[in-house]
Amino acid sequence: MSNNVLIQHPLESEAIYIMREVVGQFDRPVLMFSGGKDSITLVHLALKAFAPGKVPFPLLHIDTGHNFKETLEFRDALVKKYDLHLIVRHVQDSIDRGEVIEEKGKYASRNSLQTHTLLNAIEEFKFDACIGGARRDEEKARAKERIFSVRDDFGQWNEKKQRPELFDLLNGRINHGENVRVFPISNWTELDVWQYIQEEDISIPSIYFSHWRNTFERDSLIWSVDDDIVYREPDEEISLKQVRFRTIGDMSCTAALESTASTVEEIIEEIKTSRLSERGARIDDKRSEAAMEQRKQQGYF
Amino acid sequence: MSSKHIDVLKLATAGSVDDGKSTLIGRLLFETDSLPQDKLEAIENSSKRKGYDYPDLSLATDGLLAEREQGITIDVAHIYFSTKNRRYIIADSPGHVEYTRNMITGASTAQASIVLIDARNGVKEQTARHVFINKLLGIKQLIFAINKMDLVDYDEAVFNNIVDQITELLANQEVNDTNWCAIPVSALHGDLILKPSDNMKWYTGTTLLGALESTPIEDLSSDEHSRFFVQAVIRPKTKTHQDFRGYAGKLTGGKLSKGDHITVLPGLQTGQITDIQFFNESFGTAYPGTSCTLCLSNDIDISRGSVLVKTDEVPELSRSIKATLCWLDNTNLNVTRKYYFQQGTKTVQAKVNSIDAIYDTAFQAASPNRDVLDLNEVAEVSITLADPIINDDFTQHRSTGRFVLIDSLTNNTVALGLVRNKTELP
Repeated sequence: MSNNVLIQHPLESEAIYIMREVVGQFDRPVLMFSGGKDSITLVHLALKAFAPGKVPFPLLHIDTGHNFKETLEFRDALVKKYDLHLIVRHVQDSIDRGEVIEEKGKYASRNSLQTHTLLNAIEEFKFDACIGGARRDEEKARAKERIFSVRDDFGQWNEKKQRPELFDLLNGRINHGENVRVFPISNWTELDVWQYIQEEDISIPSIYFSHWRNTFERDSLIWSVDDDIVYREPDEEISLKQVRFRTIGDMSCTAALESTASTVEEIIEEIKTSRLSERGARIDDKRSEAAMEQRKQQGYF
Repeated sequence: MSSKHIDVLKLATAGSVDDGKSTLIGRLLFETDSLPQDKLEAIENSSKRKGYDYPDLSLATDGLLAEREQGITIDVAHIYFSTKNRRYIIADSPGHVEYTRNMITGASTAQASIVLIDARNGVKEQTARHVFINKLLGIKQLIFAINKMDLVDYDEAVFNNIVDQITELLANQEVNDTNWCAIPVSALHGDLILKPSDNMKWYTGTTLLGALESTPIEDLSSDEHSRFFVQAVIRPKTKTHQDFRGYAGKLTGGKLSKGDHITVLPGLQTGQITDIQFFNESFGTAYPGTSCTLCLSNDIDISRGSVLVKTDEVPELSRSIKATLCWLDNTNLNVTRKYYFQQGTKTVQAKVNSIDAIYDTAFQAASPNRDVLDLNEVAEVSITLADPIINDDFTQHRSTGRFVLIDSLTNNTVALGLVRNKTELP
């Protein structure tokens, strides 16, 4: 018989409490999985929250068709390893059905198109709670998000009508057609996530670590070369650089950083001394000062 | 995930319109080197475009479009920064009276509050409201930042006068068991935020950051007795765990150990803890604040909302309680209607039977002459419940002594309640 003592970090305990509230309060929850470190951390927390049972909800991946191939390989290996239920919906299908129109030009990205595909998937499967890995320290509109964030039947976030959220009392009651976005790691910082990945020995896609990549430079950012996905002007020259990604979104909206960090430990050191913010290399956030807020109002997560 | 983490202090900030709260937080971020280069550049560019003479640090926190247009704070923003010694989470709440409900939201998880006062205006009704809310929520550490000292020529007499006003305010509201201090600052120019000020040599106390660094961190889950709210029942029904049945929940209050005799509320069935599990590992003892899974010696009817307590610490159960109620919805409280009452993970139907006192604009309890409550009003009420709930006083059991009311038609969270069964009406 073991007499060891269970003490948890408050952030882990809080995240697990929130996940369990989702399962306790909703009929059809889903975990929005992007293949990034935050949603991978959510999967790990879900495994912990419901052990020895299986994760009691599916993962939903909105595949923009612009993903890094390393992310997709990682996703499939993770699903296999933990016997998870994965649902994939493709932005390409939404384009083919004429529901959304592909952006054109130098900054074309499918980032904002995925909102449409996501909302369709929510309707198709009648999901009432969508668990996401957004954190309040990432971005100023996200800093105002509740842990249980109600979206109307158009998926919209009404920032002026947010429910009061008091202590740890989470109210998941919704009207028909509404859904709730749930953010279990709201209070974690980027560094918390990396320290957790280190301490729990969580696997992450290889592109978070330093690697050599064909790149080109635009607006002082390092873009990946992939002529099928990322538009490149003839005069934008290719150069081989040692880089890594600090956040992983689409190839067409995530810039790389020059880095030699090849272990989680080195990444943590790099972040601690970095003078750039985490989303500083997100091309999608640079469209305007309120880019994230506007996307959220339309149903982005 | 514990060893490498430093202490976290959860702070709430509150102030009236234009007290310079967002600027103060922006200044704290700026001086503690917490603003990354790209964010700082964005602030500088945006300030230049607007024709300001200096970087508007309040832009570091005001996130929503309307907030930036109007130069005010609408919703609670959560802000993270750290020093060598501590990590800070600030719930930055709006000061406008119509957003008081957001202030309560922000303050409900805080261990300490920074109350901003404009040196030109001194203590105002909003200050009294913030002190009152801090008192209700049991926040025992208050830091009064007397801001805009630059606009009163850094005058010591102005500061001393405001300190007298604060002393009087705290006495009026019978705030007795609270640590407080007052610090004269200029968020705009950075006086006494991190560094001592040449403009206020007369002030010998600590800087704002100095006060934050020395604020004791109260453990908000350290209630007197163990309370384990069941969130979900775990029954894997897999080949390896065919008969496993565990109760997933979070422990507040005291420790629970293997072998402890427990009673299940509200049904009062008894059993014994045979295992404390977390992620396929077995533990002898769980500490307060942990999310774990309990296994019991016998099959008892336990579901979401059941509460496990130690058999020698069974609390009083009741279908009628007294509480302090903060009304947070645009639709008035209606004493003829039914609401959902949520305590921990338990939800029961409830009716507010009577309003026994309403706090007036001076935050004194007064006899009510009506049976409705408006947005942002606070009252002492009597509530009747469809099923018994734990009648724990909030001052003794923070986790069980608090609840929300939910409107059964709109599903909105309409009120915060704090159970009061020990203290008489003020």
